[in-house]
Amino acid sequence: MSGPNTDYDPVEVTPLGAEQVDEAREAALVAIAAADDLDSLKVVRTAHTGDRSPLALANREIGALPPQARKDAGRRVGQARGAVNQALAARTTELEAAHEARALVEEAVDVTLPADRVARGGRHPITLMSEHIGDLFVAMGWEVAEGPVVEAEWLNFDALNLGPDHPARTMQDTFWTEPADHHVVLRTHTSPVQARTMLTREPPIYVICPGRVFRTDEYDATHSPMFHQVEGLVVDRGISMAHLKGTLDHFATQLFGEGITTRFRPSYFPFTEPSAEVDLVCFVCRGDEPAVSSCRTCKGEGWIEWGGCGVVNPRVLTACGVDSEVFTGFAFGMGIDRSFMFRHGAEDLRDIFEGDVRYSAAFGTEL
Amino acid sequence: MKAPVSWIREHVDLPADVTTDDLARRLTALGLKLEAIERPGEQVTGPLVVGRVLSAEPEPQKNGKTINWCAVDVGDANGTGEPQGIVCGAHNFGVDDLVVVVLPGAVLPGDFAIAARKTYGHVSAGMICSAAELGLPADSYGSADGIVVLPAGAGEPGQDARGLLGLDEEVIEFEINPDRAYALSLRGVARDAALAYDLPASAFHDPCLREVPPADDAGHPVRVEDEVGCPVFVARTVSGIDPAAPTPTFMARRLALAGMRSVSVAVDVTNYVMLETGRPIHGYDADRLTGAVGVRRARDGERLTTLDGTVRALATDDLVVVDDSGIIGLGGVMGGQTTEMSATTTRVLVESAHWDATSMFRTGRRHKITSEAGKRNERGVDPTICEAAADRVVELLTTYAGGTTEPGVTVVGKAPQAPPITIARDLAARVTGMDVDETTAATHLRAVGCEVADGAGVLSVVPPPWRPDLSDPYDLVEEVARVVGYDTVPSVLPTPPAGRGLTRGQQLRRRVGRALAGAGHVEVITFPFLGEADLDKLGLPADDERRAVLRLANPLSAERPAMATTLLPGVLETVARNLGRGATDLAIFETGTVTLPRGGGPTPIHGVAHRPTPDEVAALDAALPDQPLHLVVAMTGRREREGWWGPGRVADWSDAVASVRTVAGVLGLELVARAAQRAPWHPGRCAELLIGSTSVGHAGELHPRVCRDLGLPARTVAAEVDLDVLLAHAVDVVVAPVLSDFPVAKEDVALLVDDTVPAADVADALRRGAGDLLESLRLFDVYTGEQVGAGKRSLAFALRFRAGDRTLTEQETGAARDAAVAVAAAECGAVQR
Ligand SMILES: [Zn+2]
Repeated sequence: MSGPNTDYDPVEVTPLGAEQVDEAREAALVAIAAADDLDSLKVVRTAHTGDRSPLALANREIGALPPQARKDAGRRVGQARGAVNQALAARTTELEAAHEARALVEEAVDVTLPADRVARGGRHPITLMSEHIGDLFVAMGWEVAEGPVVEAEWLNFDALNLGPDHPARTMQDTFWTEPADHHVVLRTHTSPVQARTMLTREPPIYVICPGRVFRTDEYDATHSPMFHQVEGLVVDRGISMAHLKGTLDHFATQLFGEGITTRFRPSYFPFTEPSAEVDLVCFVCRGDEPAVSSCRTCKGEGWIEWGGCGVVNPRVLTACGVDSEVFTGFAFGMGIDRSFMFRHGAEDLRDIFEGDVRYSAAFGTEL
Repeated sequence: MKAPVSWIREHVDLPADVTTDDLARRLTALGLKLEAIERPGEQVTGPLVVGRVLSAEPEPQKNGKTINWCAVDVGDANGTGEPQGIVCGAHNFGVDDLVVVVLPGAVLPGDFAIAARKTYGHVSAGMICSAAELGLPADSYGSADGIVVLPAGAGEPGQDARGLLGLDEEVIEFEINPDRAYALSLRGVARDAALAYDLPASAFHDPCLREVPPADDAGHPVRVEDEVGCPVFVARTVSGIDPAAPTPTFMARRLALAGMRSVSVAVDVTNYVMLETGRPIHGYDADRLTGAVGVRRARDGERLTTLDGTVRALATDDLVVVDDSGIIGLGGVMGGQTTEMSATTTRVLVESAHWDATSMFRTGRRHKITSEAGKRNERGVDPTICEAAADRVVELLTTYAGGTTEPGVTVVGKAPQAPPITIARDLAARVTGMDVDETTAATHLRAVGCEVADGAGVLSVVPPPWRPDLSDPYDLVEEVARVVGYDTVPSVLPTPPAGRGLTRGQQLRRRVGRALAGAGHVEVITFPFLGEADLDKLGLPADDERRAVLRLANPLSAERPAMATTLLPGVLETVARNLGRGATDLAIFETGTVTLPRGGGPTPIHGVAHRPTPDEVAALDAALPDQPLHLVVAMTGRREREGWWGPGRVADWSDAVASVRTVAGVLGLELVARAAQRAPWHPGRCAELLIGSTSVGHAGELHPRVCRDLGLPARTVAAEVDLDVLLAHAVDVVVAPVLSDFPVAKEDVALLVDDTVPAADVADALRRGAGDLLESLRLFDVYTGEQVGAGKRSLAFALRFRAGDRTLTEQETGAARDAAVAVAAAECGAVQR
């Protein structure tokens, strides 16, 4: 390529001429800017920086110049090549970014499509409730004790001050096993676990005993031959009903929320003396007027029955080898199913035992 | 116990403004638990009056019925003074009888509005009422299938009938705990009502505090042979009773309100006195007695027909009442037929006896008799009121039944006296944590009827005779606490020593549950009962150990009378139930104990006076059945769903194995599988899973016949494992691995083997042959088909080799691979392809 003659003095045109170098540079920069994808940029790169490109040719001719001209030409060609390479790099980055942006747009999916390739599992809410209650007490330093479901009559009754002729034995509609003279029952409460705990370790004892228990109740919306109970037992020095009340107040608040405390009413259980029934502040109306008078949950009482409790009868301590002169204790028992139904607004006990997967799945893996 | 409030008030002077709600609330706070408040007249409004039947014309109808067209004098209640014309379908009345008439404008229970209406060709202006129509027990005023006929003189025509029938009454029904038998009487309820309002002693009117004639020898002779069983026996005789005399209205009303049937005046009187005093009374037809009355224990082989018509074989510790004719009653529980009071009885021997509570309980339970008398006698009645109660019966029979008191008052025996209880003065405060000082404790004990004497640091307390339940110091603490008020117990958190948290077993069980739920399984809880049919449906062979069940003596269902030895029936039934409710893809699991009898013999019954020895405790456990924790998993339908991503995957036998492996995995365990044949699984698709050589259970596809018999889809899969075994083997502390950062060398080998050779055996051979350089081995393909030929299959394994101290050379890796293949070839006949 030749530059225009600016005068009538003819000049020899060489690749190293200033004009030629500038032209080559400009042409390269224009071509780089014009390349609109990485493929065309590659062609531009070959044409303007390749071995046969004007600037490469010019570069090769520098060596042939006389020394005084070599310096000027070298600087001129070097600057031009630098500018072109810089422009190439910049354009490459630009085009790569554009390419990636386009690809990301093209690869977009409908993220609202379902992603449930494996159906959701779930643990049974009663298992979760039992564990949750366990955690509440473990947090206080208690331990969780367990025992067999098919239990010795002595542990289920006699050791708990329920002698063979105790009227309360008929209150507990017991499943007996055959043969009768083997004295084996399905435990009617988790109290034998309390007895076992006292039989095998020394006070201080702070345990809760959650588990399955059995009564010969026909199966309906509020009764079941098998249900779940949690009992608590404390045996220590200086334990009183006040500690029982404090523990149950804390338990109730932790389980059902702030403001849900307890009330005691005199009652009777062979294994405790004094005995009490424990009521909860109704968590629907909270006993507040005017909601309480129309409350269906507590039938206008402001309280709902929760369980039984009391001071451990010294006769029980004696049968289990605890010195009742030194130690006192308290015990309590609640239905886990019932507590669950309160806490989660469940209405039919049968849902707990029918194994409909929709029920357990609703609760996931934690309560 | 149903206590009409007016009757309570008869025995205690309650302030007039005390409401029934408040009374019930305060008595509940004292331990007499409110069950319900009944207001029987609540649903009866408008004119309800006494009427006198002036005429009753029977008119046979086409439908076969006969109605009575009655003219009834209702005084001025109808506004005219003219007789009221009423059609009545009942026939248990006649002219001049007093009846209860509801007039137009009134409303009866069930929103039944009364209006004059045309019926059977007459305009019937109102209704002659039966007890049931008024919302009262059907048999409370005579015949259950007729109208109420009031005793002559009960009222005047036109008089409001509400009061006569107790429709203006309020009744508190209490749920009385076994320790408060005294409250099974108006006497006891009134006493606690006085306590509830802190009334002076003079406000309580004890129905048993009465002048009684002294005992003499002139009465009916009584011989008690068993003074322990029957410490007191009082007998009085009343003759000249009119058996047809109506029960006075007040008595019939109160009995009805208390929920008792009106039978005859003599029977009603005994029931009335029982409710009033708490003392059960038995009346004999004195003319049917022969000779002296005696009390003894029954002898072997003796029988008695009780008044309910049941012939009862007696046991030697049943207490019986006898006369010269033989046994005439089960003492304190139920009378005999031969001396029962009847419609012709005019002479009554009144028995007011105190019976041993334990004996009453045993006899009642043995003969399955529950009665109002038995309920009181087995819980304990005040032994000091036998004479007073008998005298009260005599008084009522002479007043209302036309009887005459015969001379003679027989009293045999003496009321036992409870020994004093010594109680530390501060015990109540210590045990309850309440603010109750020593003087207050004594005051409250006196308030409930105890005699309290001061000692050094202790109180000596004699409980009142109506409180046989008070025997221990802690019983007295409860009395103090209930008087102070349970609502004053402070709330104090105890401070336990540092705890050890959940046991390892508890933590691991949670881990197992979470892992299964995380893998898409849903937990269920089933009842642990099963029956033979369940085991048959599982196809268990006759000698299968799971057929050795622990049977229940009193199962709820005859179909499932035994404790489960396997959780499969319950879980599979749950699968079927879910399918029935529309589910198609299921993965469910249950963890629960099974009951495996081990022939342990009887569990001992120890005493309760001291702790059994460790050996004795161990003997208790040894006699119980084994109760291992099992895990059952069952799956049907798709394990992975179909969707926009492509087709789903149907659960197969390997998913059941995988579920167990998931559990094992979170316990740090690697399970070994081997082919097994065990019901209820498909004989060719059942894996026994082991830890080393210890079996943990089985997994695989269910037998097609089992699926059919249980109504399950074909190819339902399941696993049952002993979770206790898995938990026992769980890795406790994982030792941290040493990781090599030298490069891995991968070698794949394809081995041709007979298709009877288990893949696990080939893998095992390769592993052993490969030596220490082998990092891992995995079966990644199984090929059968023409290329390998019939009876053969090709197993492709990926082997990874790595050394801890150097980069392996090709020669080293190749040599290890060849060594592995060589062992597989030698042991399994494998040929490298
Ligand atoms: Zn409420």
